[in-house]
Amino acid sequence: MKKSNYRDSKIIFLLGLILIVTVGCERELSDDVEFATFPKTAEVFIDGFSGGLNYFPFSGSKANAFTVDQEVKYKGTASMRFDVPTVGDPNGAFAGAIFPDATGRDLSDYDALTFWIKSTQAATLNEVGLGNDFGANKYLVTMTNVPLSTNWTKVIIPIPDATKLTLEKGMFWYAEGAENGNGYTFWIDELKYEKLGTVAQPKPAIFNGVDKKENSFIGSNVTIDGLTQTYNLASGINQTVLAAPSYFKFSSSNVEVARVSELGIVTIVGFGTAKITAAVAGVKATGSLTIEASGGFGSAPVPTQAAANVISLFSNAYTNVPVDFFNGLYDGSTTKTSDIKVGFDNFKYYSDLNYVGIEFKNPAINATTMGFLHLDIWTADTTNTPFIVKIRDRGANGVIDTNVFTGGPTVDDKEISYTVPANQITPGQWISINIPLTGDIASQKGNLAQIVFVGDINFLLDNLYFYK
Amino acid sequence: MNKINQLKIRARQLSIIPFYVVFSFFVFPSCSTDEKQTVATFNNLVMSDEFDVNGKPNSEIWNYDIGTGNNGWGNGELQYYTDRTENVTVQNGVLLITARKESFNGSSYTSARLLTKGKFEQAYGRYEARIRVPYGQGIWPAFWLLGANSDTVIWPQCGEIDIMEYRGQNPTTILGTVHGPGYSGGNSISKSYNLLNDRFDTGFHVYGIEWGPEYINFYVDDVLYNQITPSDVTGEWVFDKPFYIIINLAVGGSFVGSPNSETVFPQTMLIDYVRVYKK
Repeated sequence: MKKSNYRDSKIIFLLGLILIVTVGCERELSDDVEFATFPKTAEVFIDGFSGGLNYFPFSGSKANAFTVDQEVKYKGTASMRFDVPTVGDPNGAFAGAIFPDATGRDLSDYDALTFWIKSTQAATLNEVGLGNDFGANKYLVTMTNVPLSTNWTKVIIPIPDATKLTLEKGMFWYAEGAENGNGYTFWIDELKYEKLGTVAQPKPAIFNGVDKKENSFIGSNVTIDGLTQTYNLASGINQTVLAAPSYFKFSSSNVEVARVSELGIVTIVGFGTAKITAAVAGVKATGSLTIEASGGFGSAPVPTQAAANVISLFSNAYTNVPVDFFNGLYDGSTTKTSDIKVGFDNFKYYSDLNYVGIEFKNPAINATTMGFLHLDIWTADTTNTPFIVKIRDRGANGVIDTNVFTGGPTVDDKEISYTVPANQITPGQWISINIPLTGDIASQKGNLAQIVFVGDINFLLDNLYFYK
Repeated sequence: MNKINQLKIRARQLSIIPFYVVFSFFVFPSCSTDEKQTVATFNNLVMSDEFDVNGKPNSEIWNYDIGTGNNGWGNGELQYYTDRTENVTVQNGVLLITARKESFNGSSYTSARLLTKGKFEQAYGRYEARIRVPYGQGIWPAFWLLGANSDTVIWPQCGEIDIMEYRGQNPTTILGTVHGPGYSGGNSISKSYNLLNDRFDTGFHVYGIEWGPEYINFYVDDVLYNQITPSDVTGEWVFDKPFYIIINLAVGGSFVGSPNSETVFPQTMLIDYVRVYKK
């Protein structure tokens, strides 16, 4: 580390000199400039740790799952032994660790991480790879579901684009759980980087190779997922690994509509159509995302209730009371929420809805003088599923008490459920919904704390308020 | 000159290593082993196509086989051969033979097969092509010779010399083979050549034979990897009369098996040149 710092300062010094010397004329960077380089050591574990290699178990994993075994080995005098815990093992729920090199290495000459592996029983190794350094994991590579047998077999993990790995610390990592509840042992030997020369025919993919189309709105984000790189190996097998976004170069066909960050986050910035594509090392990835950023939703109907008769949660027309969150990210919820702003108009955009909860507990809302809940929604989707709104009063105990089996209220909570039939959800226009605070909450609405939406549409929400 | 080649070939055969060790002292007294081998010695060019003119291949040299032949050209191959530009064309100094996945006259794939039958036929000589092969399960490119009497003398009596055959699912291996009476199909006389730390579908390689009255030498790039002589074949030696050249890209068939869902189409075989020399 110290050495590289020194070299960096030397570079700066040299650059400084060049500037001084070449004032008034243009010249290429001097050949004397020597950029800092890192060791190209290929070995990770042959018969022992290679120099600089560390071992850090994942939190929650069995800390002593890894040992050096001098009895069982593929070659030489020792191998890496991994004892996967049985379900319920008090020492940890799984085996998993990273093996970083503190200094970092230049792996750009290699095309694969390889090792020999065998296990005490047929098993499927969940995850194994490189690029995990407990830092940004910028160049993470994951091979999933590697079949293990009781015979030594060679595993080849192709590097998606080795030119990126001029300073990599994450030499090796793995994570594995019990097989059918049972612990077992596997061994890894001759763990090293190689230039096989036979890792070829790259076929990168985004969205797992699917050409996706999505309607979206200004201000919303889409994360590019399903990032993989596939190489054809000497065996003829096409080996796919999961690859971090930083291996990819993303592009948008129209940056006035959508922009993509280095990390594969697409931000919608304007109306129109944009196609998001990607490439790894100049090879175009299969899969794409075509975004229709439609601005056709306009504005929701302007509220007409007098401010004095309203308790507003979300509206530009009123002063809003505190809301804890607009998406509780409940277990099993697929719903994503983003803020959309068009001009001075704010919306909440809910996508991939199955169910989503809004909570306002600090303080809860006393709606005893209120008669209705109002909301406006807009969707581009047609659906066969009704849209359901649930309003919950948490009662005097100050806690939202939910029956974990039904999702319904329990203890002192009360709730009403209001259904908008599917045939009343007209795509492409604002739908105003007014829900009478009757039924179970007619006489208990002094501690309203939660609103839940259930359905399957992507929709914009505006003007969510109670009124008299 | 052929003797040198013979000795080099023997050097590659483990069974006669002691013989080689003894002889090498006399034969290579001043020659270090990493020197480039002389693999071919016929240097009088008699025919060549450098594929320098864009468009259709030179009709003075090349014919086409069209269709599916008999039982997929005798091998259960799946492609329909055409002479359409989609399947065969010359571009930028390279002949491109492209296998496509498309419904065409009852077949699921199309490709092309070029031959010099009736246009260039010769007994003996050095036959060489510089080729980049495609890849994937069920992909079968080949550069080969067939006896010019193949219409009147039934295969395998007419003789076949496979200068290069390759299975797309084995990207590091090519095969050189002869077929004749008593040694054809599964009983053909064949040897494979493997690349170490490289593969055939990522770059051009030179595939050739040097064929004389009593021998056929097989080479890839600068490596002579096999010699077949009358004593190696288990039947009549039929390689003593004119043969013509075939270059084709097959899909499926008994030699490679069918493509699978991972086989990428289209697949293109690139031929930089075809050259024939005489002694």
